[in-house]
Amino acid sequence: MQYILLIYGNEAEGKSASKEDQMRMHAEYKVFTEELKASGRMKGGAPLESVSTATTVRVKGGKTLRTDGPFAETREQLGGFYSVEAKDLDEAVMIAAKIPGAKTGSIEVRPIMQLPDM
Amino acid sequence: MDSASVGELYRRESGAIVARMIRALGGDFSLAEEVVQEAFEAALAEWPVAGAPRNERAWLLATARHKAIDRLRRRTRFEAPLDGVDLEALSAAPEDEPSGAGGDDQLRLIFTCCHPALALEAQVALTLRTLCGLTTDEIARAFFVEPKTMAQRLVRAQSKIRIAKIPYVVPGRAELAERLDAVMGVVYLVFNEGYAATGGDALVRRELCSEAIRIGRLLERLMPERPEPIALVALMLLHDARRDTRVDDTGNLVLLEEQDRSRWDRAEIGEGLERVERALRLGGPTPYAIQAAIAALHAQAPRSEDTDWRQIALLYDALAQLSPTPVVRLNRAVAVAMHEGPERGLTLLTEIAAEPDLASHHLFYAARADLSRRLGRNESARSDYARALDLCRAEPERRYLERRLHEVTR
Repeated sequence: MQYILLIYGNEAEGKSASKEDQMRMHAEYKVFTEELKASGRMKGGAPLESVSTATTVRVKGGKTLRTDGPFAETREQLGGFYSVEAKDLDEAVMIAAKIPGAKTGSIEVRPIMQLPDM
Repeated sequence: MDSASVGELYRRESGAIVARMIRALGGDFSLAEEVVQEAFEAALAEWPVAGAPRNERAWLLATARHKAIDRLRRRTRFEAPLDGVDLEALSAAPEDEPSGAGGDDQLRLIFTCCHPALALEAQVALTLRTLCGLTTDEIARAFFVEPKTMAQRLVRAQSKIRIAKIPYVVPGRAELAERLDAVMGVVYLVFNEGYAATGGDALVRRELCSEAIRIGRLLERLMPERPEPIALVALMLLHDARRDTRVDDTGNLVLLEEQDRSRWDRAEIGEGLERVERALRLGGPTPYAIQAAIAALHAQAPRSEDTDWRQIALLYDALAQLSPTPVVRLNRAVAVAMHEGPERGLTLLTEIAAEPDLASHHLFYAARADLSRRLGRNESARSDYARALDLCRAEPERRYLERRLHEVTR
């Protein structure tokens, strides 16, 4: 089973954190990612640039509309993701709980839809 | 065999049979439930005419299995085959199961129904539907929701189990205590829903209590090395033993001190007392064991005035250490008042009066009113009974409060 682990957090709080805290977070992510890779369960993943760099795109009547910013303004923003191979939801939750951002924000665990022709 | 006995068999066996089918079908809850339902319908059509088979459970399992194979063959023509379902193995499975087998399946089913990735209300509904064989309508009635809402809740939970792949397993050692705690929380919630003397269908409420006790006993039997379920079953039995005496013929609430103790269920009390001792010995003073011990002291007092309030107050002390909730502290104050007098109780109530959970709880004002009444302070009693009445919505309790208010108004 493949799951995507979406990492949500308060971006403003992250930015206003002290230099040491940011460095520590970075180091923790590095360790976590190395471990995930070594376990053979990592399928992919990446950190994302700030929501202030986001553009939302819609196509209406053949015209491409671009809007500055994310689709919805929320307290927590999507800051990165991992995609993992796990035996079942329990294993996926176990991995999600080890993501450093789980302590400051939240991780949404979603199964990836399995289509026969993809 | 007549249709009534088939119905009875359904109540007793469907949970175990569904549990087996879920495993055979690789975790497909809804399919397992549908084919077991169909197998019972087939039994209802055949058995009253042709007579029941020698081994009823084996017949039902085999029939459910054949129905599942039919459906899966039809389904796989259009859809992707399901993971973990082996049609060959399914059709080659032995028809005759040794009796008593399947306990592990039922335990897996309990842990899956009460999985923390499901909303609590979905856990409760799924447990009653899949494990206890209650109909969607019955569950809807018990929780005062529309049958349609309850059906949607169940469908949503079942598809989450399938799609997000909530495992059909008993959790490993590292997680077991925490997960068992969650399971017991669901069971106790079902019991309390049935025990609360608030409106609703009396028959359904009684059924909730007996189903909760049944699952508790099942946990006890399937996890004999764990002390927690013993304490939970003790607690439920000791409360259930009093259920018939809590309301009089006209539907009025009867307080513990006024209940007819000769009508308490002695068999249940006996079973409960034996368990309290065992639970305390094996598992120590856990919250369920302490609450059971408190219920045991009430059950052991031949008359209300023989109640060992000193011991009960000590037990509430211990409980307040483990879970210092406002309601526990309220109960502690009441127990102390019974032992050391109403004046001391009032002092303790003043200490917790500012708790936000209590300021809007009718039980707080009812307790304070009772203590004032005992001290002859009718003015304070009057205003507190009136406030309790403002906050209380359960009809039998309201009638009790009105009666008391009337007493202190004379």
